[in-house]
Amino acid sequence: MELFKSSTNFDFMAWRVPSLIISAILCVASLGIVFIHGLDYGLDFEGGALVEVKYKESAEIADIRASLEGAGFKNAVVQALGTTTEYAIRIKPHDGEGAAPAPAADAGKAAQSKEGEAAAKESEAAASESVAKAATDKIAKEVLAALQKNRADVSIKRSEFVGASVGEELRSQGLVAVLFVILGIMVYLWIRFEWRFAVAAVASEIHDTLITVGIFALTGREFDLPALAAVLSVVGYSINDKVVVFDRVREIFRASRKDVPYDVLNRSINSTMSRTIMTGLTTGLAVGTLYFVGGPALENFGLIMLIGIAVGTLSSVFFANPILLYLGVSKQDLMAMTKEDPELARRP
Amino acid sequence: MNEFPRWKYVLVVVALILGVLYALPNIYPKEPAVQVSPGRGVVIDTALKEKTQGLLETQKIAFKSIEIEGERLLIRLSSGEQQTLAADALRDGLGDKYTVALNLASTVPHWLNVIYAKSMPLGLDLQGGVHFLMEVDQKAVLEAKEIQYVEEIRAIAKDKKIPGINASRSAQGGLSVITRSADNRDQLAAEIRRLLPELLVSNAAATGEAFALGVRISETKLREIATETIRQNVATLRSRISALGEPVITQQGTSRIVVELPGVQDTAQAKILLGATASLEWHAVDQSIDPNVAVSSGNIPPDSRIVLWRDTNAPVLIKKKIIVQGDDLVSAAAIPDQQSGTPAVSMKLNPKGGQRMLDFTIQSVGKPMAVLYTEHIPELKIVDGKEVRSSRVKEEVISVANIQGVFGPQFQTTGLGSMKEASQLAMLLSAGSLAAPMQIVEERVIGPSLGADNIGKGVWAVILAVILVVLFVGLYYKLFGLIADVGLLLNLVLLVAILSIFGATLTLPGIAGIVLTLGMAIDANVLICERIREELRNGSTPMAAISRGYDRAWATILDANVTHLIAAFGLMAFGSGAIKGFAITLAIGIVTSMFTSVMVTHVLVGLVFGNRRVKSLSV
Repeated sequence: MELFKSSTNFDFMAWRVPSLIISAILCVASLGIVFIHGLDYGLDFEGGALVEVKYKESAEIADIRASLEGAGFKNAVVQALGTTTEYAIRIKPHDGEGAAPAPAADAGKAAQSKEGEAAAKESEAAASESVAKAATDKIAKEVLAALQKNRADVSIKRSEFVGASVGEELRSQGLVAVLFVILGIMVYLWIRFEWRFAVAAVASEIHDTLITVGIFALTGREFDLPALAAVLSVVGYSINDKVVVFDRVREIFRASRKDVPYDVLNRSINSTMSRTIMTGLTTGLAVGTLYFVGGPALENFGLIMLIGIAVGTLSSVFFANPILLYLGVSKQDLMAMTKEDPELARRP
Repeated sequence: MNEFPRWKYVLVVVALILGVLYALPNIYPKEPAVQVSPGRGVVIDTALKEKTQGLLETQKIAFKSIEIEGERLLIRLSSGEQQTLAADALRDGLGDKYTVALNLASTVPHWLNVIYAKSMPLGLDLQGGVHFLMEVDQKAVLEAKEIQYVEEIRAIAKDKKIPGINASRSAQGGLSVITRSADNRDQLAAEIRRLLPELLVSNAAATGEAFALGVRISETKLREIATETIRQNVATLRSRISALGEPVITQQGTSRIVVELPGVQDTAQAKILLGATASLEWHAVDQSIDPNVAVSSGNIPPDSRIVLWRDTNAPVLIKKKIIVQGDDLVSAAAIPDQQSGTPAVSMKLNPKGGQRMLDFTIQSVGKPMAVLYTEHIPELKIVDGKEVRSSRVKEEVISVANIQGVFGPQFQTTGLGSMKEASQLAMLLSAGSLAAPMQIVEERVIGPSLGADNIGKGVWAVILAVILVVLFVGLYYKLFGLIADVGLLLNLVLLVAILSIFGATLTLPGIAGIVLTLGMAIDANVLICERIREELRNGSTPMAAISRGYDRAWATILDANVTHLIAAFGLMAFGSGAIKGFAITLAIGIVTSMFTSVMVTHVLVGLVFGNRRVKSLSV
């Protein structure tokens, strides 16, 4: 059984101009979506309201979830608090309410004089605190109303604003981590291949991540911790895919006598196509199952991976290799490296 | 050409056996249980066992077993709901003399415990855990800050040559500064406004020679201090307990922190894990008078005070002035002393603390220095029928050591009895490194954050995903696909075994990560099989095709996996909490998959074909 005929020889490189233009447009569009439309960050990142409720008689957790979903709180987290009568509900404000402190901040900016600024800062801080409190109280009321529809014996024990479980230090550390990863991959590919491969790989890495996040933002789904984990996995998948094709490029360059880069790249893509499709299918099968069957807890993870696999596979062909061609990859550059450690190429 | 030295076979078999053994505990689910431990003046005996059994039977709560295990009574139940019902019933029925707590009882057979095989704890999303609400003592922070401002104002006065000022914290809060003349007062006020704009300065009553200034910290600054304190405490807690599976630590309101630890349902145990909610201070020891004499005579020098030793309760006289505080401590670790080999604790301070330590030790070589450990213990009293929360402060000296030489940020303390004592001290030291003391105001057991149906769907999806991948690969690559499947399943076993040994917490996204790792691990086999097909097309004999297929695919597999591993290490080094757990799973998965997809399958292929001369390959 073969999914891709071994004898096929598509001229993928002929598409390089339109494909790079499309890539550029998609990148800009994704940047636009992420920065203007923005990602809908979940409770993990933004925090929200914590409402503790108490029933007189014991209540079923499934009923509480159903009541809240009925009232439009889709991603509420409900947890039993040690008994069957007390529950903690964590909820994100509805859209718009989360942005409530913004006007106060504008008022602060408007104040120009130096003394006025300090005073405005104080009132701003106080205002955003009271706004957060008001928002929390409002949510608590809505939650109570939603729950009382089904059970009258429920009351609010406490409601408070809760911060993000993903700290700011993770956000700043995350950036350092991404830079470290990019640098590490670049150095490795530089040593094992050549600088053009390193640049092409990292460029497609950024390209893939950006477009994946952009498409995900379009779905309007909430970006939570599993989603972040999925984005990071896309990075891993995509680099894997690029390296396999690059490896073949290197091999063909070294083995063949004629060295027309255009043909070599085309042959590399064609001869690894069977593997590219097969690996895409097995991984896609796994994460697709998570998306379609896995329920709300795994949907985001599965969806982002599905998008990422599609984007990563296409970009190996239509983005990474055209870039390699434009950077001027040639037989001479790779031959200079053949005196490398033969141990590395040995089998295990 | 497809034969291997014997050690390769042995390695594969050993890996298989160890993998199965250490992955095995995970198939024994933990049982919900209720634990009854005795309070003061009561014991756990068969009478209690019968009473408990009676209580449960009258309430019609079904249980699996009631057993006395050491100092406690353990009731195993069939579901989490039964567990809470039983706990509620027993709390009412047994009274205050017994502590009734929810717990999870292991069902792993004894022989697995002997080889330290243990199951992975389940995360907050799958099983819930313990929830602690902690209150940060903002008052203590404010006091420390005010003392610091007093020092700064004194320094300003000295710098500007304003004579004879008297600055102190006033009892009603804020600072009070007394100068000798109106001119001095105005000059000092102007300097404070210029240099410390976060302070609000106003003229207070002037009497005769004393011209007073009232100094307050501005509201903005107060809020900033409070925010900064809580942020620091959250960050410290995150780094301190991220080793404990995947805890969730969030700020709640303006002065509270919520800590949720997965799995552990026994709150007493969780509190030990959480570490003391304490702070640390380094003080000079006052040697001017024998502490026992000072206690008995009541003759304590004004700038010193008496504190007690942790274990012996012997008095120690320490200077009131603090040299360095807990939040200046960067790390503490138990190590053997490099010269003598005796147990020691090595400590590292931040630059600020290091400078102060240097200044102090220059003057005090050969003199003793004490480490004071302050813990806030919450107390609940019933006053007029109302619950009143208060806290008791417990101060203990945990270490006194002579200063051997001048040192700065890096130093160590020796003379500890045993390595165990050293590691205990190191633990106490790192537990105390908070910016502000905290106290636990509430603790409870929480249920899973995901609903039972969502957990069910997730687990089903994961199983289905593995089955589909196995079927697809088996069908597509036939015999070689089946061999790849064997490698894949062994990879799953090894991955689970290693994660169990590390004690990683299993969350639903974590399980998704495992599935993803498996899906991608197949890539190596795809590369090998495609290469073998290529070699066959190019006219190689079957055995040569296998050999060259593995050979040539290896370079690609290595490059692809090393770059992937770099990505995983990056996330591991800089990420925290859930992301770190995910990265660890990824990294372990990459390494095990290189072993199973390449070596194990190659050995299997060698076993299947041996040196037979086959005409065609089923690939």
